[in-house]
Amino acid sequence: MVTSDIARPENQVYCRPRSFTDVSTHYCPGCTHGIAHRLVAEVLDEMGVAEKTIGVAPVGCSVFAYNYFNTDFVEAAHGRAPAMATGIKRVLPDKVVFTYQGDGDLASIGMAEIMHVAARGENITVIFINNAIYGMTGGQMAPTTLPGMKTTSSPMGRDVEMQGYPIRMSEILATMDGVGYAVRRSLHDPANIRKAKKAIRTAFEAQRRGLGFSMVELLSTCPTNWGINPVNSLQWVADHMVPVFPLGDFKVSAAVGDIRI
Amino acid sequence: MPRELLKGNEAIAEAAIRVGLEAYFGYPITPQTEILEHLSRRLPELGRAFVQAESEVAAINMVYGAACTGARVMSSSSSPGVSLMMEGISYIAGTEIPVVLVNIMRGGPGLGNIAPAQGDYFQAVYGGGHGDYKPIVLAPSTVQEAIDMTVMSFDLAEKYRTICMIIADGSIGQLMEPAELPEMRPIQRQNWDWAVNGTGGRQRRILSSIYIEPKDEEIANLRMLKRWQEIQKNEIRFKEYYTDNADFVVVGFGSAGRIALSAVRAARHQGIKVGLFRPITVSPFPFAQLEELSKRVQGLLVVEMNMGQMLQDVQLAVKGNTPVEFYGRPGGVVPFPDEILHEIQRVATSKLSLDADPRMSWLDRATAK
Ligand SMILES: Cc1ncc(C[n+]2csc(CCOP(=O)(O)OP(=O)(O)O)c2C)c(N)n1
Repeated sequence: MVTSDIARPENQVYCRPRSFTDVSTHYCPGCTHGIAHRLVAEVLDEMGVAEKTIGVAPVGCSVFAYNYFNTDFVEAAHGRAPAMATGIKRVLPDKVVFTYQGDGDLASIGMAEIMHVAARGENITVIFINNAIYGMTGGQMAPTTLPGMKTTSSPMGRDVEMQGYPIRMSEILATMDGVGYAVRRSLHDPANIRKAKKAIRTAFEAQRRGLGFSMVELLSTCPTNWGINPVNSLQWVADHMVPVFPLGDFKVSAAVGDIRI
Repeated sequence: MPRELLKGNEAIAEAAIRVGLEAYFGYPITPQTEILEHLSRRLPELGRAFVQAESEVAAINMVYGAACTGARVMSSSSSPGVSLMMEGISYIAGTEIPVVLVNIMRGGPGLGNIAPAQGDYFQAVYGGGHGDYKPIVLAPSTVQEAIDMTVMSFDLAEKYRTICMIIADGSIGQLMEPAELPEMRPIQRQNWDWAVNGTGGRQRRILSSIYIEPKDEEIANLRMLKRWQEIQKNEIRFKEYYTDNADFVVVGFGSAGRIALSAVRAARHQGIKVGLFRPITVSPFPFAQLEELSKRVQGLLVVEMNMGQMLQDVQLAVKGNTPVEFYGRPGGVVPFPDEILHEIQRVATSKLSLDADPRMSWLDRATAK
């Protein structure tokens, strides 16, 4: 194969998903928000649903997520994406509605909204980025910050006596009857990214089939605010986050379990 | 449609349905709960969306999402709940989408009580949430007006892509009186060129309240002000009673205005040449009309079920042309017509000053008793 062959469309093995806009993101080098975005876009492409999809962006580093997807989008107040998604989905039940939220957004200020959207079994999909920190505001402690982890607002390390313990959202949501699918995956290496993609696909398929609330939690990096270089950040996820936030399927309803992709 | 004996809250709810309400999101709170209860039965029966939200914070954000699709949506609450909604209200204002809200006001601040009050005038008229925006605010004084304003509020909200809020106090929400509902209209979701409903192949649309570049936010702010200018030009509504030959005029909105009308009529019987000016749009406020009026009278008496909030707008309107007096019953106390009649008599017979602070003079009189 010569170079010109490689450039031919039929030989192309990797390209920008159609559900992605042709702009570079504002994310820091090594941040896995970009990977998570791409996985969602690939899934929308594969399912052919971009034209009927409405995304709900959060407040956090992914506040501008709407710039990157070739779908209709709204931008919610901090933590309120699940409520906004509820409003949209109730009026447009045939559309695909997803929120994309960070851990501060979803597990702190938006705790009530995420719990109740799940309790109602709202037929939406949530992509939950858990990077154990508040990225956008410059690295403060999040509800998911690990015990002992230093942040700008836990400078001596998270002291669980004073600042409590990290919250495991997937496990909590799995207890709810309205939830069809609640799983945790990680973005720290290609094998895990593949699994994450499959989970995202399953979550959107669950929504398409009307099987209730679906959420994929993705362990993610924040090299800038962790103060760890991008490569070591990936390793840090595996070494430090996975033990606290075990990967796995916490709820797969029987109907979702029957989905074959 | 026939006239029926209708409760204010239920009349508002049913009127909204008749003009195509597609979705309602709310949280129970006295004295507005009948709106939520009525809609919890009627909307599902009609195949439309009803959600009892986990809080007013969630309710307003559900409204925000649903309104982004271009559907006719609303929420309702009472004072403490409306305070919780302020975050979402500001976002909705910043996104420039139409939303109808109802505040059946009660005594406050804080948890206050569940009695009728008008203490949320400032919050409603001056926006309440953060940032620079002005909602349209309507103040009904009867169940019939509450119905008519509900009908009108959807049209106004959509015409100007703005929030239209109805502020009624608990007595209008709870009162039963004969009124006529509009006829049932089919839902006609407009094909708005801003609505977010899936691209279906068209250019994607984004609805957000973010303008990260201050210059862009400034442009958005000015666009909203321009629209407000239009609203002020086109939408001011008020009612005048016996003002043609009046020496004195009472100014009151909602229930206070209605009760004042009884007092005005009684005073007329006694030969006092008094009229009533009742703003229907408290925002936009009828500044020019009141200014005109202030040039022809010997004094104004502002009556409110609060400590003098609209009073400030009246003072702004009359520009010192005529003395302004105040009588208020805050905290959930509803004034009797006799009390207002007594005030009218006082105003008509005493030497009024242009310099006195009407609120402080009222406080002195009230605490002296
Ligand atoms: C009501 C409100 N409070 C606080 C903020 C400030 N704020 C913006 S982003 C953010 C934290 C976001 O963290 P997270 O959800 O973990 O997302 P990340 O930035 O890490 O992706 C905060 C506190 C806000 N915008 N609105």
